[in-house]
Amino acid sequence: MTNTPGARQLLASDAFRRLVTRRWRVSLFLSLCLFVLYYGYILLIALNRPLLAIRIAESTPIGIPIGAAVIVGSWALTAAYIVWANREFDPEAKRLRDTLTTDR
Amino acid sequence: MTPLDTTLGAPTTSAIVFFLLIVALTLVVTYWAARRTRSTSEFYAAGRTVGAFQNGLALAGDYMSAASFLGIAGLVALRGYDGMIYATGWLVGWPALMFLIAEPVRNLGKFTFADVVAFRLRQVPVRIAAACGGILTVLFYTIAQMVGAGNLIMLMFGAPYEWAVAGVGAVMLAYVLFGGMIATTWVQIIKAVLLLFGVTLLTGLVLAQYSFSLTGLYSAVAGRYGSAALEPGGLIANPVEAISLGLALMLGLLGLPHILMRFYTVPDARAARASVLYATGFIGYFYLIIPIVGFGASALVGRELIAKVDAGGNMAAPLVAELLGGTAFLGFIAAVAFATILAVVAGLTLAGASALSHDIFLHVIRRGRATDGEEVRVARLATIVFGVLAVLLGILFKGQNVAFMVGLAFAIACSANFPPLLLSITWRRFNTAGAVAAISTGAALSVILIVLSPTVWVELFHFSAPVFPLRNPAIISMPCAFLAGAIASLATREPEAEAKFDDEKLRTYLGVGAE
Repeated sequence: MTNTPGARQLLASDAFRRLVTRRWRVSLFLSLCLFVLYYGYILLIALNRPLLAIRIAESTPIGIPIGAAVIVGSWALTAAYIVWANREFDPEAKRLRDTLTTDR
Repeated sequence: MTPLDTTLGAPTTSAIVFFLLIVALTLVVTYWAARRTRSTSEFYAAGRTVGAFQNGLALAGDYMSAASFLGIAGLVALRGYDGMIYATGWLVGWPALMFLIAEPVRNLGKFTFADVVAFRLRQVPVRIAAACGGILTVLFYTIAQMVGAGNLIMLMFGAPYEWAVAGVGAVMLAYVLFGGMIATTWVQIIKAVLLLFGVTLLTGLVLAQYSFSLTGLYSAVAGRYGSAALEPGGLIANPVEAISLGLALMLGLLGLPHILMRFYTVPDARAARASVLYATGFIGYFYLIIPIVGFGASALVGRELIAKVDAGGNMAAPLVAELLGGTAFLGFIAAVAFATILAVVAGLTLAGASALSHDIFLHVIRRGRATDGEEVRVARLATIVFGVLAVLLGILFKGQNVAFMVGLAFAIACSANFPPLLLSITWRRFNTAGAVAAISTGAALSVILIVLSPTVWVELFHFSAPVFPLRNPAIISMPCAFLAGAIASLATREPEAEAKFDDEKLRTYLGVGAE
């Protein structure tokens, strides 16, 4: 299938290269956010323990909502990727795939 | 609250009724699935007809083990906030799985993650190496689950350890052997729904004691055990250790064969992607509420009693369930814990069996030439081999401290399985030598460094000082595996692998030719 002239043309096309580059740019950006979120939390615990003990309500320290925020934040990043992939990636991928079938 | 007389350890009527109901329901599902399981695609991948929402639940079912349900609740109950830190580590792999490999793995593979690694490389050496990495991961994970299962059932129902392990093995084998991935998927879904429902109910019962005020619960904990219970304790004393564990938990998920295998049960990459979002939602919700159960157990039951029943705190959730919901609710929670173990072990067994039959039998012994019927027969045989092995190892490791084995499974997954997956998807120059080097370096380093670590060298072998200071080697073993893969690839040339990279790209990103 990939040996057809259409496939080779598609592989070499700017549109396909742009799509792949963009996919990894989005992935790596979101991965970076995830690393900052999680390892930031771990390093915060390791390096600045007293900060997490600050009370926000009678006996609730701020560390508890921060821990919960890491979980909710991870889910939100996952959702962000889905929104991007469904809105931007899929239509373009489908368009490129269709050029392949109409070529033959 | 008065200290309670617990019925834990004795089989109560309600526990037995719930337990029988769950086993009966799952066996009916297995019977139904068995009649739909004929081809390899049905046996390994449920015919690729599972919906995204269902697969999301099944992924959650595969991942939420008894260790995370009972273990994290216990950790929070006995050690407070540290249990919450641990819980976050178990979730953060899911977004990484989505961003880095979920869609390419779905598009490139057929039944196992080795399909992806071997896609454009020489089949025999790569399949052998990848199957070894996969089987080691699954095996260590299974031993930990089996030993945990034996202890738990002994603790909750008073059943003898060997009978408990053999019983889990027999029921689990029935699911996988007859119903393949279709039965396994539905067992995971049933278990995930029961577990989420049970824990939600338990959380509600705990919060009802404090008129649904979290602050009220935290005040009660602080009142009983001081404000330190709500602050970080000793878990992250050493930042390097914490980051190494975090890496293993996060990126190890990306190399767990039984999780990756689930992506082949959905029709396409779009569904695979959606199923990760659902799974992350369910698992995130679970890890958000499980600390509430743990804190509730320490405030209502008390750390002393929890530790007296089980030093590791594993009975915190069942004890608070009994206190607030009576014997019937305890029976329900105990049955759910049992279903959890069954489902996780079934998923692991299917992954181990498919590495044996699809990677080793079909692609190594038969060089890719076997009929579909033959492969299914061998897959069933491999299921029996793996299931019996799991039971025997479970009995062999009776009474041993196997907690390190889950860490070892994650270390091998992130050091031996994840690097070749990522490299083969993204790097044109990656080749057979690179794959074999990455896998063997990652697997060997993980095992050696864990043996030399404080967990095994000091606590198991009783030497005075560890040779390697970290409990989890990921921070060393994973970069070394990537490095070995890169060096070996650059040192050798494999023009065919490079040429096929284009083939791979259309399939990876556009799904052209995906199965």
